[in-house]
Amino acid sequence: MSEANTKKPSRRDFNRGLMRGAGLLAIVGVTAGMGRRMRKDNTVWQLDPDKCVQCGRCATECVLNPSAVKCVHAYDICGYCDLCAGYHQPSAKVTDTAAENQLCPTAAIKRTYIEDPYYEYAIEESLCVGCGKCVKGCGAFGNGSLFLQVRHDRCVNCNDCSIARACPANAFRRVSAEQPYILKGQSGEARA
Amino acid sequence: MRFGKIIFIVLLLSCIGISVFAVDRFPRPEFDSGHVLPKITTPGARADVMGYVDIALLIVALALASYLSLKARSRRGLRLLGIFSLLYFGFFRKGCICSVGAVQNIMLALFDSHYAIPLGGLAFFVLPLVFALFFGRAFCAGVCPLGAIQDVVVLKPIRIPRPLGLLLGTIPYVYLGVAVLFAATGVGFIICRFDPFVAFFRFGGSFAMLVFGGLLLAAGIFVARPYCRFLCPYGVLLGWLSRFSKFSVTTTPDDCIQCRLCENACPFDAIDEPTPETAPEPRAKGIRRLAITLMVMPICILLGGWIGGRLNLPLSYYDLRVQTAARIQQEEEGTATGQTFETEHFRNTGELTNNLLRESADRQNKLQLGGWILGGFIGLVFCSRFLGLSVRRTSKDYGPNSATCLSCGRCFLSCPKEHERLKKLRGGGGAS
Repeated sequence: MSEANTKKPSRRDFNRGLMRGAGLLAIVGVTAGMGRRMRKDNTVWQLDPDKCVQCGRCATECVLNPSAVKCVHAYDICGYCDLCAGYHQPSAKVTDTAAENQLCPTAAIKRTYIEDPYYEYAIEESLCVGCGKCVKGCGAFGNGSLFLQVRHDRCVNCNDCSIARACPANAFRRVSAEQPYILKGQSGEARA
Repeated sequence: MRFGKIIFIVLLLSCIGISVFAVDRFPRPEFDSGHVLPKITTPGARADVMGYVDIALLIVALALASYLSLKARSRRGLRLLGIFSLLYFGFFRKGCICSVGAVQNIMLALFDSHYAIPLGGLAFFVLPLVFALFFGRAFCAGVCPLGAIQDVVVLKPIRIPRPLGLLLGTIPYVYLGVAVLFAATGVGFIICRFDPFVAFFRFGGSFAMLVFGGLLLAAGIFVARPYCRFLCPYGVLLGWLSRFSKFSVTTTPDDCIQCRLCENACPFDAIDEPTPETAPEPRAKGIRRLAITLMVMPICILLGGWIGGRLNLPLSYYDLRVQTAARIQQEEEGTATGQTFETEHFRNTGELTNNLLRESADRQNKLQLGGWILGGFIGLVFCSRFLGLSVRRTSKDYGPNSATCLSCGRCFLSCPKEHERLKKLRGGGGAS
């Protein structure tokens, strides 16, 4: 910085100052341009259950292992059936909780008897890997009360969501962190 | 026409399937026992307040890094700050509020009217640049977790031959250009996808990225901070601005005494030597080269643009939607047999193929235009770097190059004048 010590600014210093001004102007310009396109709330990733085709990639593409995508249950749409297409293997001959009759590869769905002939199905999130097998079964033969969602207590909110990139149904999008779920059933009707 | 009938029935059934989707196939139960339906739990996303904490910490860390590199001249302080940033922005925040990738959010917000950038993203993009404009690359010195993780493994730095360094130094420009192009066209965020250290921050990631990150760290033992110097796209912007920064890091606290002790102190080869008294070549020769370079420049830019424009197809295949569209077209024309994972599941969505094809074509058109601009930009960068060889600078002293200096402070203690200053500080009974 020997030039800076001299009283009279050199041509070089002047040029630097000029370029600094230009740089500042560029930064201010970008910021001002962004100002209109800015949002105060943060964005998070979510998948639209209406677009989801249960391809299974949520289970394999997430940077987390197990995935931050889990199955959730809209109980108010559920038929509480004894034979549940989301719970039982299509080949199941008996509607019980035997492992060979369960569709879920990690036995993450808990089946509870409520009253004749109703059974309640609840997702054990710590076991769910987000493969969507139950969602597919429930959507194909049931009321469609099971669906996949990004769980935000787990999601690390990557800038470039690796599931979103690999989703063949284009079901992922950024949503406001204040309304981070796209739900089905009554809780979902509130959003629409 | 039997076949047509079957297709019609299948279509009809699938339509019913779609329309019935929201309607109950099974009646909802009415419980006699008064069973209450459980509610869907919706664990919240990270509170916005924490986003403000991130921004506040960024500002504090940047200010501290500027102070430590310019005023306190403390390598130790910068190292501690770096470790803090590594722990907070890296391991605690899992590397995902990051200035390096924020340029992509800016580009997406500029070109995609559906995307609005969160305040945090904008702050993380702008603040380090503003600091670079006034205090040099303070961000690189002790705030960036990617830099900090590499900084701790710099053990046996070797000198890279200058031409090789210059050549490798052009990679970040290309990387920045491609990243900006992909972000602007909505193809994807490659800086985030190929972030080599984020897998370490999360203790998990794809095998390829872990290997890439591991190799970079291993190389970083000898070639100091290889990502920062030869890949980092944000470093390009920081370099542009810090070149004109108001205050820059100096090796010596006052005047250079030409002792040459700092010559090898910088592991990043960022210390410029004084230019020789006599010109290395006759003036006329230099001018002729300058003139030729200037004349070649437009050709270089056009050539780059032309090549970039040709590259739109290979570039577009990075996008899964474009890939799927191309494959579906092939399948429908009969040039490809069978379905891929993507085409099979795309058909399951019931979205119209034409939609996908239109979207894909649109993206390819954008990439063609963008490819021209990108190619031209790369041509310009190459020429400008060559131009730098013909511009004669005069500097009498040894000192850090204000564009490439990462403000790490490693050279401070190599200067005997610095030792004098420290002795004076201690002797004067001042703060250590």
